[in-house]
Amino acid sequence: MSEVQLKKKKEETEEEHPMEHLLRMERMPHIWCPTCGIGTAVTAFLMALEKSQIPLKDTAIVSGIGCTGRVAGYVKLDSFHSTHGRAIPFATGLKLANPKLKVVVFSGDGDIMGIGGNHFLHAARRNMDLTVVCVNNFIYAMTGGQCAATTPVTANTSTSPYGNFEQPFSLPYLAASCGAVYVARWTALDVRRLAKSLTEALQKKGFSFVEIICPCSTLYARRNRLGTGLDLMKFYHDNSVIKHGADLSELDISFQSKIVVGKFIDRERPTFIEGVNQGLRGVLKDKFVEYGGPIDDD
Amino acid sequence: MKADPKRVLTGAHYLDGDHAAAEGALAAGCTFVAGYPITPSTEVVERMAERFPGVGGIFIQMEDELGSMAAVVGATWGGSKSMTVTSGPGFSLMMENIGLACMMEAPCVVVDVQRGGPSTGLPTLPGQADMMQAKWGSHGDYELVALSPNSPQEAFWVLIKAFNLSERFRVPVLVMMDECVGHMTEKVVIPEADQIELYPRRYTELPPEKYLPFKPEKDLVPQMIKAGDGYKIHVTGLTHDERGYPVMTWEAQEKLVRRLVEKIRLFKDELVDIEEEQTEGADVVVFSYGISSRVSIPAIQKARKEGIKVGYLRPIIVWPFPEKKIYELAQKIKGFVVVEMNYGQMVLEVERATKGKTKTILVPHGGGWVHEPEDIYKAIKEAAK
Repeated sequence: MSEVQLKKKKEETEEEHPMEHLLRMERMPHIWCPTCGIGTAVTAFLMALEKSQIPLKDTAIVSGIGCTGRVAGYVKLDSFHSTHGRAIPFATGLKLANPKLKVVVFSGDGDIMGIGGNHFLHAARRNMDLTVVCVNNFIYAMTGGQCAATTPVTANTSTSPYGNFEQPFSLPYLAASCGAVYVARWTALDVRRLAKSLTEALQKKGFSFVEIICPCSTLYARRNRLGTGLDLMKFYHDNSVIKHGADLSELDISFQSKIVVGKFIDRERPTFIEGVNQGLRGVLKDKFVEYGGPIDDD
Repeated sequence: MKADPKRVLTGAHYLDGDHAAAEGALAAGCTFVAGYPITPSTEVVERMAERFPGVGGIFIQMEDELGSMAAVVGATWGGSKSMTVTSGPGFSLMMENIGLACMMEAPCVVVDVQRGGPSTGLPTLPGQADMMQAKWGSHGDYELVALSPNSPQEAFWVLIKAFNLSERFRVPVLVMMDECVGHMTEKVVIPEADQIELYPRRYTELPPEKYLPFKPEKDLVPQMIKAGDGYKIHVTGLTHDERGYPVMTWEAQEKLVRRLVEKIRLFKDELVDIEEEQTEGADVVVFSYGISSRVSIPAIQKARKEGIKVGYLRPIIVWPFPEKKIYELAQKIKGFVVVEMNYGQMVLEVERATKGKTKTILVPHGGGWVHEPEDIYKAIKEAAK
């Protein structure tokens, strides 16, 4: 067959994936393992992106390092793959330089909560206008299954070979206590609910945070004898409990325990830029010069 | 492109080096500063925090230096001319993201007002011992540009030059001040805005379908866009191809990293900025930078009174190192005297550049105070033998 005929045949037989227009298809196949949950998390994010109707041109995505850190490279937006733990401050600079942008940070628990923990606290405290998505697989996956700030007590990792005995972070509790205006948690199994939450998070002005509990079958499940990725999904199905507005102290995750999911916080307070602009305008009056046109959040 | 008159504090002022640097950055068009307080650099960001709201610009006090430098790279990709300011311990923390700026080719400026180290060292007292860290501090191979002013007046101009060079080469440009220059107060004359030439950012005119974010121009530097321009580009700290996509091969590394290095090395003759005095016919040349250059002057004058032919050489651009100039002089003189506030950093470069054609005498100082001119004078006499 000629090249033209081949192309035609391909067009006839292959249906376009509904998310292709939002993905860099030339970068496929991606690097994630079979049964990893990051792909589902990305799908939910892309569904949210469409639903939120935020202009794609004005949306930027920033990742740190690791498995989830690769998300930025696959999504067809202005995308930045920064250094380990620094996605949030990178995104902070991006947002402040160009306040019309909707800036999303999409990274893993090791990145955002371990090495980047301090930045997370301060961005939430300032109510920096960012949507932060943290894919939590309880482990450092790309580096080979080491203990994380989210590893449940007793779980086995390559750097806690006799089990982890450090108390992990409860990410929604942490986000809420630092001042995030929107906080939700879903498992990667809850695609539609997750997409709805991500839509709300994207539309929210200020620091919105969504945790996605995600199976890592290659490392977390294997080391802990939890079966396949499918077994982990089944576990989520049987053991996650939807509880909107749950008391923040109920959100701890123990090894193979119930996982409380839902929307926990949805509140209003001035963003960093709003606060600064309002304050400076009040003090300096007509001496205040806004940078690069109006620096209000769109 | 000329400076914006609204941002230029035209006139004669009495300023310290830190404040003069801030005025230089404002004149250069800086609109974003992220920083974390550290002595003796803090006055730079204090002045930016005070001045920005009146001229348009944002200062954010970050939670640490790692965040500051990451925010600067992000802000550059958001379209700002961006800067951070620090001193030794903070400079160490910034190194990873200075490497990111090199890899992402994000033009930006980092001011390091040096103090005595290592570690917390002497927070309020001078040092010049971050010079090799400036060159080699981040991991991997890269080239960048560093400058070192020796007065508040020069700090003003050096900041403008730093921003211009960062845009010209799309690299982080480092300004290596020292506590003395940062905290000394002198007359600073700031000209009219139309006398300040700015190098505009190299934005592309190509449409998105034809634009490759890391495809170099003839001078090896690619053209930029900023986030939100509709180009939907990918930018990564990983080794990447011209599309910006990660490629984990030695061929990709060879192509990319060689270009990152050569875009500076090929232009190193253009990147020479030296103050030079009486080197013609000299027997001895005193090589120094920052405050050490000013402390050298009484020693040079004393030696000259005694009939010793002493020249004075001060690199304002310290990286890339002016090796050609040093080699030219090395063939004609009896020796270099290198005066620096450390136990031997730039002296290694002087020695390297002389290629054994002349001797080099270091006058070291651990920092915390400036050199005694008498020690420099003795070294000049020694070199003249």
